[in-house]
Amino acid sequence: MTSLTTPSTPTAPTAPGAAPGTGDRAERVERIRRAAHRIRRNALDMGEVQGQGYIGQALGVADVLATVYTDQLRFRPEDPHWPGRDRFLLSIGHYAIALYAALAEAGTIPLEELETYGSDGSRLPMSAMASYTPGVEISGGSLGHGLPVATGMALALRHQGNGARVLDLLSDGELDEGSTWEAALACAHHGLDNVTAIVDVNALQADGPTAGVLRTEPVTDKWRAFGWHALRVDGNDVGALVDAFDELRGHRGSPSVLVCDTRIGRGVPLLESREKAHFMRVEEHEWQIARDQLEEGLAR
Amino acid sequence: MTSTTPEKRLTTSAMIASFADPGQRTTSAPFGHALNRLAEQRPEVVGLSADLAKYTDMHVFRDAHPDRFFQMGMAEQSLLGTAAGMAEVGLVPFASTYSVFATRRAYDFLCLDIAEPGLNVNVVGALPGLTTGYGPSHQATEDLAILRGCPGLTVVDPCDSVDIEQAVPALADHPGPTYLRLLRGAVPTVLDEYDYRFELGKAAELRTGRDVVLISTGLMTMRALQAAARLEADHVDVAVLHVPTIKPLDTEAVLRAARTDRLVVTLENHTVVGGLAEAVASTLAFAGATTRVVPIALPDEFLAAGALPTLHDRYGLSTDAVVARVRGELGGGTAPRWVPEPAPATA
Repeated sequence: MTSLTTPSTPTAPTAPGAAPGTGDRAERVERIRRAAHRIRRNALDMGEVQGQGYIGQALGVADVLATVYTDQLRFRPEDPHWPGRDRFLLSIGHYAIALYAALAEAGTIPLEELETYGSDGSRLPMSAMASYTPGVEISGGSLGHGLPVATGMALALRHQGNGARVLDLLSDGELDEGSTWEAALACAHHGLDNVTAIVDVNALQADGPTAGVLRTEPVTDKWRAFGWHALRVDGNDVGALVDAFDELRGHRGSPSVLVCDTRIGRGVPLLESREKAHFMRVEEHEWQIARDQLEEGLAR
Repeated sequence: MTSTTPEKRLTTSAMIASFADPGQRTTSAPFGHALNRLAEQRPEVVGLSADLAKYTDMHVFRDAHPDRFFQMGMAEQSLLGTAAGMAEVGLVPFASTYSVFATRRAYDFLCLDIAEPGLNVNVVGALPGLTTGYGPSHQATEDLAILRGCPGLTVVDPCDSVDIEQAVPALADHPGPTYLRLLRGAVPTVLDEYDYRFELGKAAELRTGRDVVLISTGLMTMRALQAAARLEADHVDVAVLHVPTIKPLDTEAVLRAARTDRLVVTLENHTVVGGLAEAVASTLAFAGATTRVVPIALPDEFLAAGALPTLHDRYGLSTDAVVARVRGELGGGTAPRWVPEPAPATA
């Protein structure tokens, strides 16, 4: 396989003591854009190890993860259990490839380790599990678990007087699960303004387009009806993500949700146009094409 | 209309009718009061319920510690996921609902959010087995069968108020996840008459006997003790081994008790599938013991609605039924067997 790409020094503006989401906006956007690019490269390199996987989702959600990990989240890469950390929950365990790519960018796991992705004995299983990987807060795989667990973490943090926030990344397909809405009621009922849900709307699930599997739109209206402060942005527009996260961070009195419309395969035209996009097969000769297309995109 | 007075029938009564015998000594809401005492020593203990605080004795804790009680509404998946999240942050939650909902409805959350990470979450399930006449929707006849298969989960089936009071702090002290089959309301007080202390993972011999050994769990230990006393009058010497922890099973105690020429009988308030009887039987078989095990348990079927005493008689859990079954087994088939009432009419 191609050697894994080296990030610039892990840029954590969120290092201990630094306030998240501060600094010159243009600089922040550029820093996030570059981090998102490296996350995508990491994901492609990991995808090549397996030859297939949830690569389209990883490319689609890279801008969201880059914004979270390089701009918004308070954490200590060297101390993943720091009690004061903001919790980032990956409710969609199959997005593990994207999370590992982001954790390597964040400096929580070594970049070299990414090449073990999904292999025997690796700390980076195909589906994210807290017991395996530093920086992974919950075990995924079964959908609809993240928001209930986030509810408990947020209630407990508030109860303990801990100002940390809880971010939960879920998908639009996961809105099919009743437990997500049970927890949505609970967060609103208990006024958990330390909870931020992020919904990755790529409009695709295992059996096909979400609109045909089980319609979830209008997504934003549903969250508002459940008592949430809801914003919707283009989840591949870093500037829009930064503004939205800044706004949500200041919101008080109710939980917040950021609905992010993302494009499967974003940044790699070859994969953006692929039909079987949920669990994507990429041929051996295509990986380098994909990487080249990604580089061209950054240069533009 | 006829003028003759119809025969007085027992009524189903409340969903949460007590199973205590008339005149039996009871203790009110032992779980709620035990949780209160624990909470005074351990500030990290919190309580949650899914719109059933009042019916799981959690209201006692809620009223004493309103800032440490979290109402989750009628949403059991959220209840258990939330309890897991709290434990992740360092609290020690006790989450109560009915056993049927904790197991059938929210099992994925109990399994993956609580048991897999090995969190100190204590799930408290009321109306275990046949402790309500409300019908199959509320009768958790297979909760042990479901949960025994869950890795790392400690499962406790207490006999009475004494067991519950002593189990609550032990469950909180245990670092991993637990499930408590809750007896609520006016709970019989039985075990204080014995030299007994609840010890997590340990069975206790409550009485010795040369002819029969009753290996029992949950409220059936109360029935086992009553049956043993009745059989004593017939000069049948009956031992009772109380097994309050279903998992991990005290296999040493079970093997000690069952490697014998006594009649071995298991008693449980649970279906004959996947509960104590099969746990004991597999323990014996895996150890190479060939002892026959006589299971006293609920049948592998959806049970009827009705009044609890009627149902306990019908399904073989009443003391009368236990005594008759043991006599029948001892009589080598010549003594009259316990004959349950005919199956009830169903709609």
